Amino acid sequence: MIINIARKELKGLFSSPMGWVILALLQFVFATFFLMGIDQYFLTMSGAMRPDQRIGVTEFVGSNVFGIASFIMLFAVPLLSMRLISEERRQQTLPFLFSAPLSLTEIVLGKFFGLVIFLTITILLIGSMLFSLNLWADIDVGFVLSNLAGLWLLVASFCALGIYVSSTTQQPVVAAIITFVALFALLLLDHFLAGDPSNTAAYLSLMKHFEPFSRGLIDTRDVAYFVLFIVTFLTLTIRRLDADRLRG
Amino acid sequence: MTTITVEASDLTRKYGGRAAVSDVSFSLNKGEVLGFLGPNGAGKSTTMKMLTGNLAPSNGSVKICGIDMIEKPKDAKALIGYLPEQPPLYRELTVDEFLTIAARLHRVSRGHIKKAVDVAKQRCGLTEMGKRLIENLSKGYQQRVGIAQAIIHNPMVVILDEPTVGLDPIQIRDIRALIKELGGEHSVILSTHILPEVEMVCDRVQIIHKGSLVFNGSIDVLKEQRHGNRLLLGLHHPPATEALLAIPGVESVDTVEGGFLRVHHTPGHVPAEALVQAAVSQNWGLFQINPDQTSLEEVFVQLTFQEPSAA
Repeated sequence: MIINIARKELKGLFSSPMGWVILALLQFVFATFFLMGIDQYFLTMSGAMRPDQRIGVTEFVGSNVFGIASFIMLFAVPLLSMRLISEERRQQTLPFLFSAPLSLTEIVLGKFFGLVIFLTITILLIGSMLFSLNLWADIDVGFVLSNLAGLWLLVASFCALGIYVSSTTQQPVVAAIITFVALFALLLLDHFLAGDPSNTAAYLSLMKHFEPFSRGLIDTRDVAYFVLFIVTFLTLTIRRLDADRLRG
Repeated sequence: MTTITVEASDLTRKYGGRAAVSDVSFSLNKGEVLGFLGPNGAGKSTTMKMLTGNLAPSNGSVKICGIDMIEKPKDAKALIGYLPEQPPLYRELTVDEFLTIAARLHRVSRGHIKKAVDVAKQRCGLTEMGKRLIENLSKGYQQRVGIAQAIIHNPMVVILDEPTVGLDPIQIRDIRALIKELGGEHSVILSTHILPEVEMVCDRVQIIHKGSLVFNGSIDVLKEQRHGNRLLLGLHHPPATEALLAIPGVESVDTVEGGFLRVHHTPGHVPAEALVQAAVSQNWGLFQINPDQTSLEEVFVQLTFQEPSAA
């Protein structure tokens, strides 16, 4: 049943030009940075004579692409997640889902996975771009995989927050703005608190937990953080929808 | 042998301190069509939302074919098809895509989806519209898609909230025929404020007013109230009242404006024939005779304005 809702969401995304346009634009941006990374690699490395200045092509291009990807997703996810529930509220289509034999958990998880699957397509495309380097160089597969996993978890967390915000309002645009601001704050939290790295608030920063992945380190603490983040916001969404049923 | 499909007991819904629906209890048998009547804001839609699990009742319970809506919502909801007041349609999809999704979400097995979609389309007169975007359909066709979505999984109970709103007269006739047809094998609950519609399609009627049931009974009871044992007589040369009272069955005679006479007769004994014969033989100049019906509206107004005296 979760799959069926996810399929419905994907159908909705792909039945309008919006889904395709966003996929194309994201791919365009990432590919541009990928190309620029390769160009710059030769320039930089030809200037770097000492061995300790030299870094692998995977790390050089990878950090370029994944750095921009996490930043671009900050804009892309709110635009995609804003409609998930608020649009259904506005078009009054929620009764269609509520009166079908589905639990609220299934509805919310279905919507969440629908969007995550959509964004996974972009992440897979990024992965295939980087792996194409393997044709002429020996790339660091582990580094790329850890970055992809990190990006995937980061994007899934964005989606979870986005779906919750979307469930609190009827206006998709309001949902997009609130999601964007909240994500932006969460990403940059550790920048504001740079002077005090042990601060608890800094620990909440999504970027702080993404950073180890981008170095190629998969730390279970960071994975746990992302998973908890996702579960928390999905639970809040379910509660929010349940309140609709209870309070009307 | 009748089987109860819907059982609502003491349904109450409070918004803040105000009860939108209070203590509504009824049950519905298989194959019955129940009409829900009531003025605006009487609580029709709220009751329907509670029946379909879209709204949690503050008190009371709903059972669909014996399955409690609150304890086992998924199983109960699988037996219901619901068309809300505002048809829930994904406008960016085509009719076929939307109905396929509806079938899938309502647990229609994979192999039967295509057939279910075709049957639902055919029943609602949408066969030609399969490839059209819902967005581009007229209001009437959108309403039909809404009905198709409610009956696609062949549910035991079909609940339609004002199904004929926005349809043209021919479509209304089709939909009424469809509702009657559905009533054969399923139970149907529909709300409306078009009174003749209720008379045409429903077996039973419930009138809800200010959140509580004021009438719950068979449509025949309502019809009897309507045919009030009266005849309306139009005469050019009306005789003296005594001459009319002499005709067997006539109980009393009033004069109505426009040269008409209202003849009250004993129940079950309509003196129409005797009146016509007398009129012809004594040259009263008869130009009109017909049963004098209270309009359904009057019955409705009577019921909603008098204090609850549920039949």
